[in-house]
Amino acid sequence: MDTAITILLDGLVFSSYLFIVSVGLTIIFGVMKILNVTHGSFYAWGAYTAAFLIGVAANAGWPDWAGFGIIFFSAIVVGLVLGLILERGILQFMYHRDEVLIVLATFGTFLVLEDVILLVFGVNPYFAFQPMALLGSVQLGGIARDTYGLTLIGLAVVVAAACWLTLKRTRWGKLLSAVIYDREVSVAMGLNVTRVYIVTFTLGAMFGALGGAYIAPTVSVAPGFGIDVIVLSFAVVVIGGMGSVPGAMIGALAVGLVRALAVHKFPQFELFVIYAVMATVLVFRPEGLFAPVKVRKI
Amino acid sequence: MLRDRTVQGLTIALIALLVISFFVPSWIVNQMLFASARAIVVIGLMVLWRTRLVSFGHALYFGLGAYTVAMLSRYTPVTDAFLLLGAAAALATLLGFLIGFIVRRYRDIFFAMLNLAFSMILYGILVKTEALGSTDGFTIAAPTFFGFAFEDAQEGKLALLCVLLVVGWAVAVGVQMYLQSTLGRLTTAIRDNEIRVEYLGYSVERAIHIKYVLSTLLAGIGGGFMALALGQVDPDSMVNWTASGELVFVTILSGPGSVAAPFIGSFVFEILRTYAFEWMPHAWQMIVGGTLLIIIFFMPGGMWALVTRLVGRRGAGGAPGMGH
Repeated sequence: MDTAITILLDGLVFSSYLFIVSVGLTIIFGVMKILNVTHGSFYAWGAYTAAFLIGVAANAGWPDWAGFGIIFFSAIVVGLVLGLILERGILQFMYHRDEVLIVLATFGTFLVLEDVILLVFGVNPYFAFQPMALLGSVQLGGIARDTYGLTLIGLAVVVAAACWLTLKRTRWGKLLSAVIYDREVSVAMGLNVTRVYIVTFTLGAMFGALGGAYIAPTVSVAPGFGIDVIVLSFAVVVIGGMGSVPGAMIGALAVGLVRALAVHKFPQFELFVIYAVMATVLVFRPEGLFAPVKVRKI
Repeated sequence: MLRDRTVQGLTIALIALLVISFFVPSWIVNQMLFASARAIVVIGLMVLWRTRLVSFGHALYFGLGAYTVAMLSRYTPVTDAFLLLGAAAALATLLGFLIGFIVRRYRDIFFAMLNLAFSMILYGILVKTEALGSTDGFTIAAPTFFGFAFEDAQEGKLALLCVLLVVGWAVAVGVQMYLQSTLGRLTTAIRDNEIRVEYLGYSVERAIHIKYVLSTLLAGIGGGFMALALGQVDPDSMVNWTASGELVFVTILSGPGSVAAPFIGSFVFEILRTYAFEWMPHAWQMIVGGTLLIIIFFMPGGMWALVTRLVGRRGAGGAPGMGH
């Protein structure tokens, strides 16, 4: 029983993390049809910025809870700066070109940003443990868990709710849904697609950065931080259906729970299962489990 | 075949390179080994790229070839280079043939992603399995050639390079002939309009399947050679998605203009890497990424377009650009 609870909790925490990391990727794909490899850079930059600032704040004698403010501040700043630079500087010139070429362009940008991180933050790892140490740990299912990890679940719920409310209840969300559903008709109706793209890309970048910033206190932030996250978040959005926010939630839950089960029962299959699920979904439902069936246009 | 200017050029280049390799210092021999091994893989990716298919997972076949060579030389008494490479090629082709039935239905990013997923499965297995060397990989003993073992390591490398150059020549000539055939000419036709190709009476899926199997065969051979040239295998530089990305990068860098382009592109890549690590150790990825962006935006023909412009004649086979 205890093992079951442990697996479930581990899975939920990891799913929450995956959801926060991939929701930005899926929004950007849904609206702009861009498979954004740079998402790994947003994640890494968010983590580095947060870890660096938390360290600075701790040295300056700020209280530990300020770390939480810093995390959200870093996510917003990184998302704004990188998102705007990339969308205005590179992507806006790519929209009329092949989807595959855009993927390659974001891959190139990702590589460049990887090294810019090293130039800005150096090669030594950063440890920003203060927010995590502040919350301590709780006894759950017979083992001590750090409370900070559990707050990820809450954050994921808040992010999911915010996305849902924005998409369904605001004017902006309806505009986004219109572009997701049919770009050309939206343009014909007089919608300013350029503005929608800028906002979407920046928002997606912020979510990516938030994932990195929030996870930063639990790990050592070191070079190569964004590499594994890219394929993981690809797996999540592919499983759920690219461009669908509920899909990202389902994909994150599937990957998170399956991985937690594998880690506890068959540790050698930890990575195998994730990509086996991804391949299976692509083979049988290439549009993803929960994406609506696309009508073929001629 | 002998009238083909590309084949003539390749043959002259082969003879020149064979002669040169006996006079250059050993570090250049190594660079030539790595570059030619990678070039063989890139030729296969170029065939796919001409159809506008990009695989973000060919490290699967590259790594499979490398690990086949490594496992055989570690766990069996086989040391002959030709047997090892033959096994690598056969396994990669078999897997490519089977997976080909699935991926041939996919295009664009779905093609890229499905290949990525399959390659990450192999990566996941390798990283978590102790018997396969886990994250460290393992080293490979120097191979023998038809029962002949070289005492001197450098002579062994030179022998391997001679074999590799000849195989590389054969691959380039073979692919050139394939591209000149009807089946090969479908490559660009499929890129331009699949439905018209179907109306002409050809099966697009079958044509893509053949290209895919060809590319996996070449990736397996290239991976096998790379394992022998390096003397070791490891999952992160050979099977992880970044390795696939590197292969795609060299493909774009080389340009789709000619079967000779991958050799030039791969050599430039190896030289760039060597000097970048020496002079600016933290700028390697920036150079690769920046080059990729420059090529996408300004040089759709890649290195080959640059070479033909310098030499002042058009590349054989009508270089397809990147288009829109």
